[in-house]
Amino acid sequence: MTGGFLESWLGGAVLTSTPIFYAALGETIVEKAGLINLGVEGTMLVGASVSFAVASSTGSVAAGLLGGMVAGGLFNLLLGPLVIGWRANQLASGLALMFFGMGLSAFYGKPFVGSSLDGLRSFPVPWLSSLPFIGSILFKQDLLVYLMIPAAAGVWYLLSRTAWGLHLRAVGEDRLVAYAAGSRTGLLRHQALFLGGILAGVAGAHLSLAIAHTWTEGLTAGRGFIAVSLVIFAAWSPLRILPGALLFGGTLALQIQLQARGAQVSPFLLDMLPYLVTLVVLVLLRNSSRGRMPEGLKEVFESPREGK
Amino acid sequence: MAEAQKGWWLGWGASSVSLALSLVSALVLFSVLLVTNGKNPLDTYASIFGSTLGNGFGFSEIFVKMIPILFTAIAVALPARLGLVNVGGEGQLQLGALVAAAAALAAGTGTPSWVGIPITLVAGMVGGALWALVPAILRAKGWLNETISTLLLNYVAIRVVDYFVFGPLRDPSTSNVPQTTKFADGFLWPAFAGRIHLGIVFALVALVLFAVVINRTRWGYEIRAAGSNPLAARRHGLPVTAYVLLVLCAGGAIAGLAGTGEIMAIQGRLRPGFSPSYGYLGFLVAWLAGHRPLRILIMGFLVALIATGGDSLQIDQGLPSSTVSILMALILFMVLADAWRPDRLQDRIQAWLSAKKRGSA
Repeated sequence: MTGGFLESWLGGAVLTSTPIFYAALGETIVEKAGLINLGVEGTMLVGASVSFAVASSTGSVAAGLLGGMVAGGLFNLLLGPLVIGWRANQLASGLALMFFGMGLSAFYGKPFVGSSLDGLRSFPVPWLSSLPFIGSILFKQDLLVYLMIPAAAGVWYLLSRTAWGLHLRAVGEDRLVAYAAGSRTGLLRHQALFLGGILAGVAGAHLSLAIAHTWTEGLTAGRGFIAVSLVIFAAWSPLRILPGALLFGGTLALQIQLQARGAQVSPFLLDMLPYLVTLVVLVLLRNSSRGRMPEGLKEVFESPREGK
Repeated sequence: MAEAQKGWWLGWGASSVSLALSLVSALVLFSVLLVTNGKNPLDTYASIFGSTLGNGFGFSEIFVKMIPILFTAIAVALPARLGLVNVGGEGQLQLGALVAAAAALAAGTGTPSWVGIPITLVAGMVGGALWALVPAILRAKGWLNETISTLLLNYVAIRVVDYFVFGPLRDPSTSNVPQTTKFADGFLWPAFAGRIHLGIVFALVALVLFAVVINRTRWGYEIRAAGSNPLAARRHGLPVTAYVLLVLCAGGAIAGLAGTGEIMAIQGRLRPGFSPSYGYLGFLVAWLAGHRPLRILIMGFLVALIATGGDSLQIDQGLPSSTVSILMALILFMVLADAWRPDRLQDRIQAWLSAKKRGSA
């Protein structure tokens, strides 16, 4: 019995962590450019509702996913003129974006509330999925789960090993120096927002197409904010996001598993675990993460403290 | 003197015109969205404004919603003057309500109003302040940014309230509805003019206090100074860390009153989901108002109007009530972007006035 519990818990942890992972991966790109988008929650909601709407109207999950990605990318770009062009406060602008995403997804998603879809089905890897224990946890998942490691590696390569990534990081460290060195800082930051939005769109799509198989208002329930925290937790490294996402996904999945088994723990106390764990971990890891924060973010984050 | 007076007048005029232009452009953008979806924007606006400004009850409901929004807006605006972003109004509101409810239930039924109402006030403020204390300490120590911590704690707070309402504080006599027993009369905040209640007095007092403290006292001066130049403030020996603790906890206490008012005047008992995101609406108002007291009053009225109208959208138009958050976000976009900059408008008005003077001379 305990073996079965562990197996379904860990399998659930991998699945639950996937949307948080993609959203945090996208936010990493944005933050490496010296911006913070607190509105990931809204971008995820837009991605989730659009992908569900497209998938259920066309019958194609691939089209739904693509729709969610495009919608997420475009939606994130809305932040560009605000915080890059007009230098509006980034935290407030991000929250405005969240409101906007909540409203838009509720408005456009209304006709789809209550309908359900097969959505993104699991795709067992031949042979590997029949392995005991590990097979069902790791190899009976959907394609987006399998793509997590390649995606993390891809973003790492893009940021650390390409000229574009170098320019982007330079913008995030010191905008003026990068500008003086000839970088097109505004364009680079918009590109970062677009890429980050695409990944947040994937996150939303996975949530509605592969986990919930349905659309409801406010489907993300704070996962976007957990993703923002996760970027800090991972100290702005794309490679550290996966373990972090698994930790948060694990707490979420634990709560679902315990509830399903009728454990004698208050569901409300379990429900608050992911948020509390996030908070505690951020406090514990503060020193290792702070040193790696892109310099450009410090002016957003630390205004009443001694900045530079 | 006359010049200064005129400058002040021009400044206010220009920012009012700028605000009006922001509102109008947001309404136009929202109309475009409605039209592309086959909705008639005129019907929608008729529904929003007709249901609120068009009849006495609807009009009074604006003020009912405005009470918690004013509290939560001050809770955001006060820390913001020090450069802090408190997004935890919702959580602080929830905890304020919880502690006030617990106090009212514990104090017993015979309590007269002149004791009961102060008890709810103190308890609500303590609850909200305690919930803000954790982010305040984390921030003061430089351990964690307050934006992230207050956001995460909102989700925790709602579940803390659920835990108590489903558990220790649950009314045993209503077995299928999770809620506390009704509070004794001595704790209830009296209402007048529809559902407008005593909270409006407290909210206005809080707003005036905020205005006086921030504009007329040394504390306020130092908070504003530290907010605009933290490094210089520290060099001059201002206790910035103490101010971080003070403004966040004071903000939390005020947000706690929003929750207290909702349960003591509107609900009469504590039940889950008693706040339709008043904390976030307050955040919106504070940023729309640039954290200034008088503008909080104006924007608070406006946002309360739109939120009240949103409820009728569902009935009249079959639109989800959160549709209005699109409109609110658009207004906030316009204001944050400074799309209609008051200083430029002021220049234009001045140029126009002097051209007119030349013309007539």
